[in-house]
Amino acid sequence: MIHLTIDGIPVEVEKGTTILQAARQIGVEIPTLCYLEDVLPDGSCRLCVVEVTNNGRTKFDTACTLRCSEGDEVQTMSEKVVAYRKDTLDLLLSDHRVHCFSCEANGDCKLQDYCFEYGVTETSYPGEMKDMPIDDTNKFFTYDPSLCILCHRCVNTCKEIVGRGAIDTMDRGFQSVIGAHYKHKWNEGICESCGNCVQACPTGALTMKRRKKYRPYQIDKKILTTCPHCATGCQYYLLVKDGKIVDTEAVNGPSNKGLLCVKGRSGCFDFVQSPERIKYPLIKNKETGEFERATWDEALDLVASKFMEIKKQYGSDSLAGFACSRSPNEDIYMVQKMVRCCFGTNNTDNCARVCHSASVAGLAMTLGSGAMTNPIEDITKNADLIMLVGSNPEEAHPVVGMQIRQAVKRGCKLIVVDPRDIGLAKKADIHLKLKPGTNVAFANGIMNVILSEGLQDDKFIAERTEGFEELKEIVKDYIPEKVAEICHIDADDLRKAAIMYAKADRAPIIYCLGVTEHSTGTEGVMSMSNMAMMVGKLGREGCGVNPLRGQNNVQGACDMGAQPNVYPGYQKVTDPAVREKFEKAWGVKLDPNIGTHATDVFPKAITGEIKGLYIYGEDPVVTDPDTTHIIKALKSLDFFVLQELFMTETAQYADVILPGVSYAEKEGTFTNTERRVQRVRKAVTVPGEMRLDTDIIIDLMNRMGYPQPHLTSAQIMDEIASLTPSFAGISHERLDSEEVHGQGLQWPCTSKDHPGTPIMHVGKFSRGLGWFYPAKYVPSAELPDEEYPIILMTGRILYHYTTRAMTGKTPELMEIEGKSFIEMNIVDADKLGIKNGDKVRVSSRRGSIESTARVGTKTSPGESWMPFHFPDGNANWLTNAALDKYARIPEYKVCAIKIEKA
Amino acid sequence: MLDQSFYQKADEIIAFYGKKPASLIPIMQDIQGVYRYLPEELLTYVAEQIGVTEAKAFSVATFYENFSFDAKGKYVIKVCDGTACHVRKSIPVLEELYKKLGLSKTKKTTDDMMFTVETVSCLGACGLAPTMMVNEEVYPRMTPEKADELIDKLRGGEQG
Repeated sequence: MIHLTIDGIPVEVEKGTTILQAARQIGVEIPTLCYLEDVLPDGSCRLCVVEVTNNGRTKFDTACTLRCSEGDEVQTMSEKVVAYRKDTLDLLLSDHRVHCFSCEANGDCKLQDYCFEYGVTETSYPGEMKDMPIDDTNKFFTYDPSLCILCHRCVNTCKEIVGRGAIDTMDRGFQSVIGAHYKHKWNEGICESCGNCVQACPTGALTMKRRKKYRPYQIDKKILTTCPHCATGCQYYLLVKDGKIVDTEAVNGPSNKGLLCVKGRSGCFDFVQSPERIKYPLIKNKETGEFERATWDEALDLVASKFMEIKKQYGSDSLAGFACSRSPNEDIYMVQKMVRCCFGTNNTDNCARVCHSASVAGLAMTLGSGAMTNPIEDITKNADLIMLVGSNPEEAHPVVGMQIRQAVKRGCKLIVVDPRDIGLAKKADIHLKLKPGTNVAFANGIMNVILSEGLQDDKFIAERTEGFEELKEIVKDYIPEKVAEICHIDADDLRKAAIMYAKADRAPIIYCLGVTEHSTGTEGVMSMSNMAMMVGKLGREGCGVNPLRGQNNVQGACDMGAQPNVYPGYQKVTDPAVREKFEKAWGVKLDPNIGTHATDVFPKAITGEIKGLYIYGEDPVVTDPDTTHIIKALKSLDFFVLQELFMTETAQYADVILPGVSYAEKEGTFTNTERRVQRVRKAVTVPGEMRLDTDIIIDLMNRMGYPQPHLTSAQIMDEIASLTPSFAGISHERLDSEEVHGQGLQWPCTSKDHPGTPIMHVGKFSRGLGWFYPAKYVPSAELPDEEYPIILMTGRILYHYTTRAMTGKTPELMEIEGKSFIEMNIVDADKLGIKNGDKVRVSSRRGSIESTARVGTKTSPGESWMPFHFPDGNANWLTNAALDKYARIPEYKVCAIKIEKA
Repeated sequence: MLDQSFYQKADEIIAFYGKKPASLIPIMQDIQGVYRYLPEELLTYVAEQIGVTEAKAFSVATFYENFSFDAKGKYVIKVCDGTACHVRKSIPVLEELYKKLGLSKTKKTTDDMMFTVETVSCLGACGLAPTMMVNEEVYPRMTPEKADELIDKLRGGEQG
């Protein structure tokens, strides 16, 4: 340890600590402009200069770069230090355009604050000023060189923290300027518009364009909440002025570490205040087919009476109700309660059915719990190697992607297993560009190598697992050469990957929909846990099997029992003791049979087995496979009710639309991908007759004859906790408490004094022994043939979230990416005479759409990829509703198509 | 679009120095050595190949005066305007060159791509001031007249 004094206060610090860090330890503030925590100091602004005396010698140096030495006597505010800082500020002002009155950063500018504090009113070095044009080509922010103090916080944020490196200093000396290229503008580089650089800027050089609409001191309140897009669970403030959300501000949350992506920062409130919101209940006039405005009483009476009529006539199982994975836990709980208590059936589900139901089912079968085993921070900070399978986090979970990029920068090895050259593949040590639909073969190949090299963890296998011998028999056949042929990869790369993974001490598997969205999705998931168990990489730091969940609260939707087979907390509906507990609590007889899965509800609607459907916040016409089939199913229903924010594609087919409210208008909780329950808080009230979603459900329950008292969101969570052992310790009060201090609680959290569970399966699996599932490779349901020779995969892009119902309301996002496209290989394109940018017709056995070709080598020959966000050419007209036998998840990732020049 | 030969040349140079970020500067020097400038598309290509971002590559290239994104003439004339050369009257030499070649501070290369005139801060040959360099050769104790003759000679050599 090193001993020194700062302003006379004695401090003891570890070797290597800087003076700035030491001062912060004891609460002494030293001014900084360029300093960025956790990044090597830039030392460029010179404002943190301090006076250090040691061994009778005195020197001035920057506190951010100078490491503490034994016996240092540091003065942070001596007369000379103050004079030095004044001069530094004076020099900074000499080429800073001082127009604070009209500057967007006025009142929120560190340069202004320090000039005020040190009494610098104007520069005493007037001279040449930087005269360079403002770059406003980015859709969301502008860069003004005349306000830039070249502190490089933006450059270092982008490079070191976001891990993108889109910007740097161009030119030198007085001509220095921040940019993406010496000549091209900001929008022509690789900037992802996340805006983390803007939040890092200490002056007005980088400002969000929306800052023109408000002054920081006009903000009435800042509401801390959780992002409504992906399941990373980023924390931010919504800034409210005159009852309207005007901006966001990232918060250093447990999963986002102060970062946001472009959707979180800039696409999370336009939709809340969109004029396209449905403002009052609508009932479809049967004769005209038009929606007509109704009162809440009319609409609720109609819905309740219709559902009860169908129930009476056709029985409970002719009804179904889906909950919304974008809505809070409390809302979801009430939907499944309504379906179970009022409809009298287990026909409830959520959209996890079409994304990660395979994870929920697969991991529950092998490990006992279908969720991410380790926290995001753990698998990105503590890992020696990351095995990323079928996941493109840079686009689908951007803030997780940023943390993986940081990990790689730190030296963490990366194996990418993905059919496309995704961004992270370029940074990978090994990229296994496998053929879509061959995950099980790949995993069996990895395990074959592990066993033949003797790298398995025998102790772990013996003590903590079962079924190993059976699996061993199966993987024996999957020699690398055979797997290489099935997967179209290099056998030596497979060997190398297996050995690297097995030998790394801490190595998480992170996977996503590339594993689950197959007709063998559940087996794909179980293959992931097979690999991890074989090398004992479960139940400890920096390891595990980690599905990155899709929606903000899809984890919660599964946790809350919006599934046909389980009540909240994965308590089985078929277990008589569990059922009895819920019957007692809810005061009704409950259906003892497993209900119908969402993906089976649509075929059953066509056959007439399902007559009435209640959907809360889903848009299956856009998101579910084989659109023609979905539309036919919706049209076949006797009665279809939708609780929604917008007139979606699906809404067109509803009989009644009940307008609910968005995440920014209500209290509640979201559970992110790492099982972390975090608060959602009300920021605004949007004018209109929209009602709180839980109130809509509760009113309907009462009208359907179930006496459900009106409860607040917090009271609903208390009811959840009382019935769900893994949520027993969770309440709004506790989440808001000092004890939790904004970190949320990770389930299982079994009592009020339980701290939550960051890492699962420590010492023992939830299931008891981990089970090796003997999975054999089975090809995808629809393979390319002469007529439809190309494989189509589908997925998401950075700038939109699934149906685009929310992100599509932010015009700038639509300007960046607003149209359907298909990525195809140049070899196929050449054969078909298609060039990059050409209009193409894409057809499968189920439908045909037009799109625009993006020709390159991102996909392999014979393979193509499309996003499903865009109505002008939605991939789901083409996709195949072949279902997985366990999870009933559709095969979005493989169907056969043909592409022609349009 | 650059001709494919540029990328082949770049590949050779990259192979020589290795696909690593630390190779950036020597690769840029060699490319400029071949083409007398750094074609910007080629720098973008090099950056991607050796694993540095485009922004970083351009940041480095624009930091050093020596790298140029503009094609240079066959003869690159560097007139020293360091302190010693400046006081020994380097500016009249520069002005004579500008006048004779129709160049200026902003137009540095003749349209026939024969001559580029630049100033440098010191050639390290102050004893021979005012000094000038044409490509790799140093010309000592310059005067406007000598500069004039030199241009004629270089041109004549070209014609002959």
